[in-house]
Amino acid sequence: MALLEVKDLDVRFAVRGGDLTALRGISFSLDKGERLGLVGESGAGKSVAAFSILNLIARPGYIAGGQILFEGKDLAAMSERELRKIRGNRIAMIFQDPMMTLNPVLSIGTQMVEAIKAHRRISTKDARAIALSKLNKVQIPSPEKRLDQYPHELSGGMRQRVIIAIALLLDPEIIIADEPTTALDVTIQAEIMALLLELCEQDNVALMLITHDLGVVSQVTQRMLVMYSGRIIEQGSTREIINDAQHPYTQGLINALPQMGEPGERLFQIPGSMPSLKNVPTGCPFHPRCKFATEQCKRTMPEYVRSGNVDVACYEVSNLIEQEKHMQESEQ
Amino acid sequence: MLAFLVQRISQAILVMFVISVIAFAIQDGLGDPLQQMVGMSVSEEERDAIRDEMGLNDPLVVQYLRFAGNAVQGDLGISYFYGKPTLDVILEHLPATLELAIGASLIILFFSVPIGVYAAIRPQALLSKFFMGVSTVGISIPVFLTAIVLIQLFSIGVTVDMFPADTGWGQNLNSALSTEGGLPSYGRGDELTHLFGTWHSGFFSQGGLLHLILPAISLASIMLPLFIRLIRAEMMEVLQSDYVRYARAKGLQPGRINFLHALKNTMLPVITVGGVQIGTMVAYTILTETVFQWPGVGLMFLEAITRSDIPLIVAYLMVVGLIFVITNTIVDLIYGLVNPTVKLTGKKA
Amino acid sequence: MTTATISRWDRFRDSFLWYSFKRDKIAIVSFLVLVLMVAAAVFAPLLAPTDPYDLAQINIMNSELPPVGMSGADAAFPLGTDAQGRDMLSTILYGTRVSLLIGFGAVVLQAVLGILFGLLAGYLGGRVDSILMRIADVQLSFSTLMVAIIVGAVFKASFGNLMFGEIAIYMLIFIIGVAEWPQIARTVRASVLAEKKKEYVDAAKVMGFGTRRIMFRHILPNTLSPIFVIATVQIANAIISEAALSFLGLGMPETQPSLGSLIKSGFDYIQSGSWWITLIPGLVLVVLVLVINLLGDWLRDVMNPRLYKG
Repeated sequence: MALLEVKDLDVRFAVRGGDLTALRGISFSLDKGERLGLVGESGAGKSVAAFSILNLIARPGYIAGGQILFEGKDLAAMSERELRKIRGNRIAMIFQDPMMTLNPVLSIGTQMVEAIKAHRRISTKDARAIALSKLNKVQIPSPEKRLDQYPHELSGGMRQRVIIAIALLLDPEIIIADEPTTALDVTIQAEIMALLLELCEQDNVALMLITHDLGVVSQVTQRMLVMYSGRIIEQGSTREIINDAQHPYTQGLINALPQMGEPGERLFQIPGSMPSLKNVPTGCPFHPRCKFATEQCKRTMPEYVRSGNVDVACYEVSNLIEQEKHMQESEQ
Repeated sequence: MLAFLVQRISQAILVMFVISVIAFAIQDGLGDPLQQMVGMSVSEEERDAIRDEMGLNDPLVVQYLRFAGNAVQGDLGISYFYGKPTLDVILEHLPATLELAIGASLIILFFSVPIGVYAAIRPQALLSKFFMGVSTVGISIPVFLTAIVLIQLFSIGVTVDMFPADTGWGQNLNSALSTEGGLPSYGRGDELTHLFGTWHSGFFSQGGLLHLILPAISLASIMLPLFIRLIRAEMMEVLQSDYVRYARAKGLQPGRINFLHALKNTMLPVITVGGVQIGTMVAYTILTETVFQWPGVGLMFLEAITRSDIPLIVAYLMVVGLIFVITNTIVDLIYGLVNPTVKLTGKKA
Repeated sequence: MTTATISRWDRFRDSFLWYSFKRDKIAIVSFLVLVLMVAAAVFAPLLAPTDPYDLAQINIMNSELPPVGMSGADAAFPLGTDAQGRDMLSTILYGTRVSLLIGFGAVVLQAVLGILFGLLAGYLGGRVDSILMRIADVQLSFSTLMVAIIVGAVFKASFGNLMFGEIAIYMLIFIIGVAEWPQIARTVRASVLAEKKKEYVDAAKVMGFGTRRIMFRHILPNTLSPIFVIATVQIANAIISEAALSFLGLGMPETQPSLGSLIKSGFDYIQSGSWWITLIPGLVLVVLVLVINLLGDWLRDVMNPRLYKG
């Protein structure tokens, strides 16, 4: 059994004049110690997916259907009280912007100790000792001093180290990291990502990494999901997807990377832009931007087809697979 | 810490300077001390001699410096009406106003925080909507009108006999809508306790407290809705913030999230606004004291205006200005203590 | 010409403002009540049964008559009479007229001062900005009502009671206008600072337009909606300030009463049981201020770009 299994998750936003669907039929799983990447443009629903796992979607968002099975128990059906025991304890989160994540009026020590005490019966002194050991682990300079400091006294990179330390405080099974390096200086991004990877490997913690950076995904994760307009359009082995993407959208994403082109050549761009939640097209949401789009694509959403170790939702891909099958059959 | 203090204090001195210039201008433009001191029978030459002697013919700058120098030493002139130093007159009236302001502040503090927080945490609850509706109406009622209504209801009393008295429900309605009255609505009463100096307090006797009830509620009624609305708005914004969502992601109890993480951040802007509102409160004390004939500095000031007691008006301005400046500086310091991003503890970062 | 007005009306009907107005019952009711009260005030000379300023129409024998519905009432005076025998309905109609006049007048003055200083501070920046905003800060920390009371007291002391009574309307407009300008100036300055960064201002500069033209023709129109929102609330504040000043005897004289001076003159009779002389004008004042505040709240919700989406 997978550690975390999301089945057919639907998330909607209740707004005036009806609901908007933010996530539709999301299914994926995460094994113990596995590292999973979640990629897509901004607005594709990556962050919504990340936050919905612990039911932390901001109002007016809500989980409209599906299951989120953690060790077989459905988080989507749990009460707040039961969920609280899992949040920060079994599943920890790392937010995008370390400048906004830590409470500006509470000291680092307070914010670490309270996280431990929310889940363990333990003295403040012992909790501080745990906090200190985790600060040591994230290689923060002079950790004793940090406990009494306030967030504004730390640089962005240091704050994100503190947040990683907080995520590790209670030795969780899963860490969900929502673009953990996007808000940082480019020079520090690699450092923080390497640290996160190292610590997850060390403690065998499963990592769900939300990012729009395909480079990071290919270095860090073993499997990846590609999201577009609230749906997963391709998922499977990271190496296979990066080397040989099946879905036209994923191909576009990879071709748009600078290192794929020759120096001096114009960067590739996927024409058009992602539809907003208010007017998601019928059928495959990518069809208005897809050069392979057919009448069928405009009408119905394609089912997933398996190609190697990758699941893809695309008629073009399934047709190609069908053709290949036919050719093989006719050859025999 | 030092830089912060120096900056605040120099700012305070600058504001006091501006206030003293205004006060001096009023005194110079309106008060002709001669007219008050000597009769009409004195000849023009004699007047001029007295003017010279009093320094009224000196250049304005010299006159201002003398005015400011005296003011610093606590000499703000002699009241025409009371015939004694204005500062003494003000000090006699000040305790009444301070007790009124303290009473009102306690009411505001006691009700605004819980109601504001509740309305922010449960914005859809019926009770929240009721509180917000009442605050909107409350903000639209001038303080003197609240005072008058309170006097009518709880001092004079209201007898309702609209409903038929021969039926049970009519009688019940009549008695439910009628009020007893009887609360004092005039002055501070005579059961005051002498504390020290000119301070006679109403806090320590039943009579004194009873006299304080209506004026303090009136004064609080105008500021309370403002603070409720402010606390609710700030709190709702804070509840949307990343760090509150992060606190939830850590699995903290809702009580700790609301009352530590969110409330502490909510109170920062509220403290700042509270400082500004001290000025408004002084203005409202004038109105409240007028309605209740409360013998504080507000009523004294208004009487000074009708009596054209210029030195007392000027002295009131100076003292009230000083109170503003001191309280604003204290509020800034409190803000600095609550908000760690303002450095004033002197500890190295 | 007619086509232009029609299309403008159509544009208004399609606008978000009109759409949300139609859906907001509180806004509709408030607007109707306000229109009714403004109309009653404007047409007070036609509507009022008697002219309260005309001594010949007043009979002292009719003093302190209660409103209709209470024992001892006279049907000729539906809201009763005051201590001098004046018809309450008439004095309230005229009083509302005075209060509204001062409220609007003071806000027009505030808007002129506030827009001018706010534009100057925001657009020129530097020393002009810091001096103007420091003045605004000090004035606000003193509270606008306090400033108004002090200025009113000085005026009253220098003009004397009689003279002050004659020019009271203009004095009050001046006092409240001057006391409250920082509110609008700050709003204007904030939106100017936001607008200044936008490209169209650079474009206007590149095209060689003068500072004054850029400020008034290019930036000002883009700051109008916050000014509009705050001006609405400021009318309510000005009416309350006027009532407070009048209640303190620093405002309208009893011979030409505003709602505030009506409340003041009635207050002396509340202990003798004639509550209507003070409480009926008080109720009218509260309703007037409340509907303006409610419309202000609604406008702020609708026009606030942060709330616009969603």
